[in-house]
Amino acid sequence: MNAYEKLLLDTASRDERLVVITAENRGHLRTVPPMLGDRFIDVGIAEQTMIGMAGGMAVRGRVVVAHALAAFLTMRAFEFIRDDVAMVNAPVILVGMVPGVLSDGNGPTHQAIEDVSIMRGLPNMGVFCPCDEREFVDGMRVLLDSGHPWYVRYLNTPDLQIDQKPFEPGKAITLRGASLHHANVTILTYGFLTHQCIEAADALRDDDMHVRVVHMRTLKPVDSEAILSAARSSELVVTVEDHFLTGGLSSIVAETLMQYGQSVPVLSIGLPTWFAPGRLTEVLEAARLNSDAIAYRIRERFADIVHHSHMPPSPLTKASHV
Amino acid sequence: MTRFEVEELETLALRVREHIVRMSTNGGCFIGASLSCTDILVYLYKRFLNIRPETVNSEDRDILLLSKGHDVPALYGVLAETGFISRERLQHHLSVDDDIYWHPNRKVSGVEFHSGSLGHLLSVGMGMALDARMKGLATRVVVILGDGELNEGSIWEASLVASALSIDNLIAVVDRNHFQANLRTEELVPLEPLADKFRAFGWNATHVNGHDMRSLDECFTGLHLNTGSPTVVIADTRRGKGLPSIEEQADRWFCNFNVEETQALLDELNGHASATITSERLVVR
Repeated sequence: MNAYEKLLLDTASRDERLVVITAENRGHLRTVPPMLGDRFIDVGIAEQTMIGMAGGMAVRGRVVVAHALAAFLTMRAFEFIRDDVAMVNAPVILVGMVPGVLSDGNGPTHQAIEDVSIMRGLPNMGVFCPCDEREFVDGMRVLLDSGHPWYVRYLNTPDLQIDQKPFEPGKAITLRGASLHHANVTILTYGFLTHQCIEAADALRDDDMHVRVVHMRTLKPVDSEAILSAARSSELVVTVEDHFLTGGLSSIVAETLMQYGQSVPVLSIGLPTWFAPGRLTEVLEAARLNSDAIAYRIRERFADIVHHSHMPPSPLTKASHV
Repeated sequence: MTRFEVEELETLALRVREHIVRMSTNGGCFIGASLSCTDILVYLYKRFLNIRPETVNSEDRDILLLSKGHDVPALYGVLAETGFISRERLQHHLSVDDDIYWHPNRKVSGVEFHSGSLGHLLSVGMGMALDARMKGLATRVVVILGDGELNEGSIWEASLVASALSIDNLIAVVDRNHFQANLRTEELVPLEPLADKFRAFGWNATHVNGHDMRSLDECFTGLHLNTGSPTVVIADTRRGKGLPSIEEQADRWFCNFNVEETQALLDELNGHASATITSERLVVR
C-alpha cells in the first residue's frame, strides 16, 4: 500500500463524507476499491461525467477526490471543473496523475503543462504542487478539510529529506540558503523539479554563488511575500517549472512584481512548447530542465547581469513535434 | 387523479405560464422551451416529487435539476406558485440585484444546481443520486433535458456511465418539443429513434404526452424505479405550448416582447383571440 492509498483509507475511515472517483486510473489506487466499497467510483474513461458527478456529490455534503490523468482531467473536463466545481465552490480535490514532465514517453497529447495556468485562472480553485510524496500526503490532509476545490499535481517521488515546515496553503518554504539574507540568485520553483533545483543550487555553491531555493508549494494562493522578498534580496530571480512559460510561475512572478511595483532581473526556465517525449532523464536533459542545464543557464545569465547586460535571451520555440 | 385534481393542476400551469409571459418582456426570456416543460414541472412538483418549501433542505428530499437551464422561467413560476419563493420576486427577473435571470442559480430557494451550459446536469444528477444511494435514502433525482441538448456528447457519455453504475433512482425527462434553438431537431441532428437509443444504452425508456396531466400521472406513477437501470421519460411536447400565436414557430425561441404584446399574450393564454406579434423575431442567443 502506498502513502496515497493509506491517506485515502485513513481519511475514509474517520470521515464518512469522503468519496474517491476516477476515470479508470487505478494504477496508484490498487488497494482502495475493495476497502472503500461504494465510496470508490470508477466511471471508466469519462472525465466530464466524473467531474459532473463529483460536483453533484460535493454539493450534497461529500468531500470528493477525483483522480485522473492530469492532461484529461484538467482539459477534457475543463468546463465541467469550471461550472460544476469551481462556480459552486465544491470540495472536490482534483488529483492529476503524471503532470508536467512526468508524462515522459507519452507524447504531447498527454503533457499537462498548462494545467497550473488554467486551474489557477478559476476563482475558488487552489493549486498545490508538492515536491515529494511526503509533502503530497501532508498537504492532501489539509486540503481534504479545506472545504474548497483544489487541483493537485500528484507526485510520489521519494522523500527529499528536507526539513519541512508543516504544510500551509500560500506559504512557500526555503530549501537552500537563508530566507532573508542577501543571495546572488533565488530560484523559485515547485513540484517535481524542486529536486533538480536543489542539485543545481548545490553545484552553483561550489562556484561560490550564493543561491537560495524556494519551493512555492501552492501556486494559488501564492506566497507573494516570498516572491517580493526574493526580488528585494537577490540580484537574479529564476523561475523553474515543468510548465509552459505562459501562465505558470513565470507569469505569477511577473504579475506579482507588477502589482507591487518591484523590478528585478528574472530568468524564466520552463517549456516554450511541448517537450520531446522519451525516458524521463532524457526528457529533462533535452528540455534543459535537469540540474546541469538549470545551473548552466543560471551561471550564464548571472554572468550577463554582472556585466550589466540586462537583456534576456529571446525564448526559442521549436517546430511542432507532431 | 380526479377531474378536480386535474383541473387544479391545469389552473396552476396556467398561472405558471402567465409568469413566463410576464418574464418575456423588458429583457425577455427563452419563452418557447419554458412553455413546453411547464406542465411537466407542475405535475412533478405537485404530484410526484417529495419536496416542499418546508423540506427544501431535508437530506432525503427528491431533487429536480434543469439541465437545459433556459427553461428556468417555468421552474421559477412553479417555485413561486408552490411557496418556495414569493411571486413578487419574479418581478426581479434580470435585475442584477437578484439571482433570477435566464438560467438557474442555486441561490434561489428550490434550485438544486445551476446550469446554462448544456450537457452538465445529467452527470451532476448522477452524483446526487449515487450520494443518496450510499446514504440509504429514498431520494429520487429527476433531470430535465432538452431534446436539442441531446446533441451534446457529454449526455451520451453520462448515459453510458449511469447504466454501468446501475443508477436506478435517476429519471431523465426529455422535453421533446422537437426544436433546438433555430431549427427542428430532425432537420439538424436527427434524434429518432430516441427511446431506442436510450434502451440501447441500458435505460428503461417510456413516452408520455407532456401536456396531459392524466398521462403524466399514469407515466410517473407507473415507473419501475430501483430495478437496476436508470429511467428516461420522453415527454412529447410543443414549444410555446399555450400560445397558438408563437407555438411551434422556429423563430420563437428567445423572445423579448413589448408591453402591449405581453398583455395580448396573457389574454391569449386565457382563451381570448390570438395575439398579433410584430416585435423582433429570431433573436439568436
